[in-house]
Amino acid sequence: MSGSERMPEVMQEPQAPVLPGVVAVAFSTAYLIALLAVEMQPLVIGLLAFGIVAVLAAHYMDWLDPVSRSFAEREGVLSAYAILAACVVAAFFHDNHFVLLLFVTVLLYAVATLGLNIEFGYAGVLNFAGASFFGIGAYTSAVLNTYTAVPHLLVLLIGGTLAALIGSLLLLPVLRTRGHYAALVTIAFALLLKTFLEVNDVLGGPQGMQVKGMSILGWSFNDNFEIGRIEMSFYLNYFVISMLLLCSTFVLVRRLERSWIGLNLDAIRLDETAASCFGLDIARWKITAFVLGNFVIGLAGALFGMVGGFVAPNNYTFADSLIMVSILLLGGIGNPWGVVVATFIVLVLPEKLQTIQEYRFLLYALIVIVVLLFRPEGLLPRPVRRYFPRGRA
Amino acid sequence: MDVGLLSQYIMNGLMLGMMYTLVAVGFTLFFGVLDIIKFSHGDVLTVGAFTGLATYIGLRSVGVSSTPLLLLAVLVVAILAMAALGMLIARYLVLPLRSAPALNTLLITLMLGTVLREMVRLFYPQGANPKPFPALLPTDSINLGQFNLRLDNAMMLATGVAIIVGLRLLLNRTKLGLAIRAVAQDEETARTMGINFTAVVLITFAIGSALAAIGGVMNGLYYNEINFGMGLLLGVIGFSAAIIGGLGSIYGAILGGFLFAALQTLGAVALPFASAYKDVFAFTVVIALMAWRPTGLIQEKISERV
Repeated sequence: MSGSERMPEVMQEPQAPVLPGVVAVAFSTAYLIALLAVEMQPLVIGLLAFGIVAVLAAHYMDWLDPVSRSFAEREGVLSAYAILAACVVAAFFHDNHFVLLLFVTVLLYAVATLGLNIEFGYAGVLNFAGASFFGIGAYTSAVLNTYTAVPHLLVLLIGGTLAALIGSLLLLPVLRTRGHYAALVTIAFALLLKTFLEVNDVLGGPQGMQVKGMSILGWSFNDNFEIGRIEMSFYLNYFVISMLLLCSTFVLVRRLERSWIGLNLDAIRLDETAASCFGLDIARWKITAFVLGNFVIGLAGALFGMVGGFVAPNNYTFADSLIMVSILLLGGIGNPWGVVVATFIVLVLPEKLQTIQEYRFLLYALIVIVVLLFRPEGLLPRPVRRYFPRGRA
Repeated sequence: MDVGLLSQYIMNGLMLGMMYTLVAVGFTLFFGVLDIIKFSHGDVLTVGAFTGLATYIGLRSVGVSSTPLLLLAVLVVAILAMAALGMLIARYLVLPLRSAPALNTLLITLMLGTVLREMVRLFYPQGANPKPFPALLPTDSINLGQFNLRLDNAMMLATGVAIIVGLRLLLNRTKLGLAIRAVAQDEETARTMGINFTAVVLITFAIGSALAAIGGVMNGLYYNEINFGMGLLLGVIGFSAAIIGGLGSIYGAILGGFLFAALQTLGAVALPFASAYKDVFAFTVVIALMAWRPTGLIQEKISERV
């Protein structure tokens, strides 16, 4: 079903019902809680098999179609439900450090991949150094929290800014090159940065650095706290701030895509020559996307450094950048919802399936190969742009 | 710095340059026929080196002890196996994606590289640890004043030169070479001239991957050690070399390979910071070169490709 065929019909018919979307969110939430809660390997495998079968069955019963329609048309309401669902999951695991850490990691990786999505998905600027910019953010918070008393919220912004600034050093080669040549620039940068971090003694060398946890206005994020009489994991603090970050990034990316800036970026990605014939300043928009994307990635990295409490060069290698690209591709390049879903799949799966932990890189790579061969547009392909959102036409 | 040490550095640089060139030539060949980057090339090299090592261990265990025979067997098996692997990759991963965006081919081969690398790590016995590679070449050395010329290095260098010259002859003097060049220039015209496009692509991938196998064995012989991750860096360096030279040109690949080795050697020896920064320096120069000459030092004739 392509969006262009559906468009006229959509404009005449009444708004798609919100119910299918809500049901889908509720089911996914319950499933996620179950998956995160079970520990025994046979149960995990059984649940995963059940999940795959359920999705396939829904696909063949044509139940997925109404879901995607209600997501497409009632995004605002359903986003609220999705946020609520995330809070329910977090509340369910309120005293479980491990699950909450995993959850926060997923949220922050989703933020970073959304940043990558601005570059890759909209402007078509290749960036194979996502993890490097993530690392720049994390190292910024490590250094600033250790040696200075800069307020920690500001540290996040500085982390993003620094990632954007260091990324700007690559602007000239990135703008002048295209295709394979452009890919090389960021790949070379990824290797360069990792080597640099490894040999630089000030930044801890291969052993890395400790990062002090976040504290805002005297509220230390690394202490457990109590609500009523219920003991809460300190990761719940990080969950709240990561969720805020994810929501604002999501809104930003969505607005950006919908706006004329997104239109310009799309035009540039699809055909540079045609875009510049219509008077678009290619360099300007590519710079905007690259700098903005790196800023978002750096921001997420800075927070991730504080969450993990530790940074080391080995966490920000070229292979990790490839994982980010895999997430993007698996979800469907250019679709923020796809990014979020794919981040869950890619990060939660190996954590739950301890038996495949060792094989995770192999597995990611195989999944991406299969996706590229058989479903190159990703699990949730980006829908066709809608020029007349309901109520504004 | 005395002459002996200087020539030692130059010799090391030349050896590195030769290995990089062998990898870079592969990139250039693939780009020539299909306009794609096959990023798993470095990991094909790793697999080649490990295949060679496994052959050596297998033959030793059945009692073969003649060193020349072992060397020959290692090379032949590695080359044949990698040529076959290269053809399989081309047939099942690269050709099916011909109509997809270039990014998809880049990604699929990047991921294939990860698959190969991880398979060596996980499934080769203790593949996560570095493996000693046997010294199959004579290790005598000739003293030229202060300079100590190792025989095995000289032999490897000579082999490398012979291979490049041979490849050059193959491309310029044979019917197969003509077909490869024809496909590189214009696929459709080549087809109408009765050239079997798929066959030419497969053979080109076989040749390129065989070169990687030689590079892998050479790497093992030079360092006397191989590990599962060596292909990643070598692949990226070979790619950088092919690109700073200019994709699609064999001379560009050679120039790029030796230039990168020179940069690394320079970074390790002559610059006023710790030698650990040599890769940082080399890659910085690569990025700077890309900014200066976006299509490489020897530029492609058709600018649209960029």
